[in-house]
Amino acid sequence: MTAPAATFRSPPRVAIEPALLPWCGFLAVTALCLLLKTAFPWLVTFPKEWTLPLAAGVNIVTDAVVTVVQPGFRALSAMLEAPMRGARLALVWLPWPAVMLAVAALALKSSGIRLAVFALLALTYILLAGYWPQSMSTLSLVLIAVPISTVLGFALGVLGYINPRLRPVLLGALDLMQTVPAFAYLIPLLLLFGFGPVVGLIASAIYATPPMVRNTMLGLDRVPAAISEAGLMSGCTRRQQFWHVEVPTALPQILVGFNQTTMAALSMVIVAAIIGGFEDIGWEVLSSMRKAEFGQSILSGLVIALLAILIDRLTIGFARERPAGPTPAMIWMTGRRLALFMIAAAGLAITIRFLWPDQTLLPSTGLRTQMGVVNQWLLGLVRDYAWFFDGVRNSVLYCLLLPLRIGISGAATPAIWGFALTLLANTAYATAVLLVSALLMRRLRWRPALAVLVAGILLYTGFLGFPWPAFILGAALLAWQVSGVRLALFAAVGFLLILLNGLWGPLVQSLYLCTLAVLLCLVIGGMLGIWAAHSERVSRILKPICDALQTVPQFVFLIPALMFFKVGEFTALIAIMLYAIVPPIRYVEHGLRHVRIDVVEAVEQMGATPAQTLFQVKLPLALPVVMLGLNQTIMAALSMLAIAALVGTRDLGQAVYVALGKADAGMGLIAGLSIAFLAILTDRLVQAAVARRTMDL
Amino acid sequence: MSTAARPIKLACRNVWKVYGRRPAYYFDSRGYIIEPDALAERLRAEAHLPAVVDASFEVAAGEIFVIMGLSGSGKSTLVRCLSRLVEPSAGEILLDGRDLLKATGKELIELRRHAMGMVFQNFGLLPHLTVLGNVAFPLKIQGKSSKEREIRAREMISLVGLEGREAAFPHQLSGGQQQRVGIARSLAVGPELWFLDEPFSALDPLIRRQMQDEFLRLQRMLKKTIIFITHDMAEAFRLADRLAIMRAGKIVQIGRPADIVLNPADDYVAQFTEDMPLLRVIRAGDLAIAANGTALPEECVAAGTSLEELIPRLASGVSAFAVPGEGNSPPSLLTAGSILAVLEREQARRTRP
Repeated sequence: MTAPAATFRSPPRVAIEPALLPWCGFLAVTALCLLLKTAFPWLVTFPKEWTLPLAAGVNIVTDAVVTVVQPGFRALSAMLEAPMRGARLALVWLPWPAVMLAVAALALKSSGIRLAVFALLALTYILLAGYWPQSMSTLSLVLIAVPISTVLGFALGVLGYINPRLRPVLLGALDLMQTVPAFAYLIPLLLLFGFGPVVGLIASAIYATPPMVRNTMLGLDRVPAAISEAGLMSGCTRRQQFWHVEVPTALPQILVGFNQTTMAALSMVIVAAIIGGFEDIGWEVLSSMRKAEFGQSILSGLVIALLAILIDRLTIGFARERPAGPTPAMIWMTGRRLALFMIAAAGLAITIRFLWPDQTLLPSTGLRTQMGVVNQWLLGLVRDYAWFFDGVRNSVLYCLLLPLRIGISGAATPAIWGFALTLLANTAYATAVLLVSALLMRRLRWRPALAVLVAGILLYTGFLGFPWPAFILGAALLAWQVSGVRLALFAAVGFLLILLNGLWGPLVQSLYLCTLAVLLCLVIGGMLGIWAAHSERVSRILKPICDALQTVPQFVFLIPALMFFKVGEFTALIAIMLYAIVPPIRYVEHGLRHVRIDVVEAVEQMGATPAQTLFQVKLPLALPVVMLGLNQTIMAALSMLAIAALVGTRDLGQAVYVALGKADAGMGLIAGLSIAFLAILTDRLVQAAVARRTMDL
Repeated sequence: MSTAARPIKLACRNVWKVYGRRPAYYFDSRGYIIEPDALAERLRAEAHLPAVVDASFEVAAGEIFVIMGLSGSGKSTLVRCLSRLVEPSAGEILLDGRDLLKATGKELIELRRHAMGMVFQNFGLLPHLTVLGNVAFPLKIQGKSSKEREIRAREMISLVGLEGREAAFPHQLSGGQQQRVGIARSLAVGPELWFLDEPFSALDPLIRRQMQDEFLRLQRMLKKTIIFITHDMAEAFRLADRLAIMRAGKIVQIGRPADIVLNPADDYVAQFTEDMPLLRVIRAGDLAIAANGTALPEECVAAGTSLEELIPRLASGVSAFAVPGEGNSPPSLLTAGSILAVLEREQARRTRP
């Protein structure tokens, strides 16, 4: 009798999940590092003496290579220079009435009368604002960059489609092209091609090619089997099959790629204005921002935004079929009529130039010259309401930015928060974190508990005070458990290389800035998304705003942020958030709206309240989609880092920017690759997590 | 109805299709006799998927040969082997006596351009072309002049009854209309061999029935040699001159519909055909016997008439029918007794627990 009784009474053994074990080790390492950090400060700040002179090495190699290949590239540069100058001259030569006629006709053909009206209004604004020649300069760059990217991207996409073995290499290259900030490869490009607008052109071609490649491959992959078999059974040769069956069927997707490529080219042309030398609209924004002429920067920023939206709608109109069918205006504008309009525009241009050969026909005093008053007023406004803007900035700075950067332990000093942490307060904090963690452990699973614990430590030490061995170990562990050994190795090696290059400080700065921006975007955007999913009206209001935010080149977001909050990290945060907030709104709304309706009906039938339905059914089911949105947010935040460096940060973006100023190709490339590494790592992590989650569902 | 009377158009001999890492490995032993079931078993055990197992059959010119099976039974793969959209792993496919598997890429393209047409379950219409453009597509591929293409395409479109919709795009048409376009396109080059891969499976039952009638009407006019794939038993028995039943890649039985319902090869086929009404499947020609000099009755029925249609005439007191023979063969005799035997058998099937 005793034996079975004993087995009964023995308490159930606490089963530790095997996946949790390494995390216990991680916590031990973290604790150990924190305990030892006063004795061994190198655990937190990686000593300068230990860094490897990799950047210098890269520079030596670059210099050697550049001297050898430079003549070839200079020749290429000269070759590209000619069509560029030509395109620019042609566009500047074209009198504005002819341009307006041609664009309006195109808009009619693309999406009908509303776009045509918008095009006319936008162009009139550009004309009146006094930025016509600059806009035409920018357009001429885009006009040259887009065909290069389109042809190159299509060819690479076809290559990847025909030869699947090339795909991993190709996709890796595309990831790099899209995630390494352009500032980083501007330096080697400048060395190769020499100073001038050709560099901007090449940079935009590099940045704008990947979407075309991806969409070409996607479109060709998705040609339905029945269609390609029908082509084969009609007796197509390989060539006929490709040009008559596969390409036309994939065309809508390829046109989406063309649209994305055009937008990317425009965005990059504007960023590349930073090297100057080609009086384009990006340069106008930049120089007026530097001179603190906010009236002008708003005017010119609006020009960029309008150009971007106009080009986007024009190209997307050709790519996508309207669900309601073509409008009467689109039907009226047949191909023949379009050609007639183009000829008429050309005729008009020639007539005008013939009659008034020496006149620019541009309004003599654009709005831009009358902005003095507006500048004064804006400066006055910012000055008068400084208490408000400063208040917002300071509260976020002291309550969010600082604690994340240097931790509660660092921020709680008389100088910053006005008080120091007592032993009691420290104990209370530790107890609270442990308590919440234990509670989560009981109620849910170990993962949220662990997350709270790590967040608690991170918040206490701050990103800067967190020991790097623990950080690298944690990142590798996470990668290993989410995806596998290969990603873990990738993470560990990547972080170690950054560490050895002496970029740990900027890396941590980037991480904390991005983490905060992403979290805020997720909270604010998520709430907006939920609201939009439940209200048609909110959805209708948010949609054009999101569209505009996504279309406008990143550069423009700096203007309002800088205007109200001056130079600083908070301004960078605002600029990053403006760019990165769209994905959570969109994906949360989309995810919630497309939860399987039968499940929702079943739950509502059981008598669940709307809140219960939302939190217990809709959000969990929409999680994979929301995670994809999170991925997009992180990518957007990281890509904005380099541009936000212009308003003063201390992160990797700044390292790239400084390197650009010093023409330090090695450091620029390494810092740029570090940003790309962060982007690719998070992308793979989130994708793997989504794949697991989707499988579980 | 008899196949011997007509020349063999397409013959399929011991065709295999195996998916896996190295299917060729299993078929390079020349001279050995392959035991199909044992090999299929071994392939499955060694992580290969035998999608078609040792398929052999012959299709006579002008015949409708239906291949029926559940999804995953390998019927779609088999028809793709016949047109070499899928490369068979082993076997021979003889088209007019020539081995199709030995045709070079160029020859194959020529064959597809002139000798074969195919209709697909999901239509496979080119979304960027109009109805007219889709039907004219095979002709365009051959480099025919645009005038010639248009005349021929219009002819085909009126054949399938889509006049007036020439300028419509596929997405503007209903499923039935889209498949009519698919049919017109597959017939545009005037092929002798016509493959239909579940052509009506994506359609509503009512439309499906209508399209089957249409199909039979076309076949009476055109007399193509047809390989028709379906998973719908009623459709198979309705359309087939002869049919093959596939299971797990293997053809389990080939025969006329009546053979199959009357003498199922195994329990699987028996179960499969259990619900087919015998009186509708069996036709006068299937039961008629040689007259052997006895005087033929005056009542006369066509060989293709189903027994169901004869019941009312039996009720009015007819005791035997004469069934005229095909071509020059003499007429044969169908007795009321043999019809009643089938009726009895049907009754027995229905009352079985």
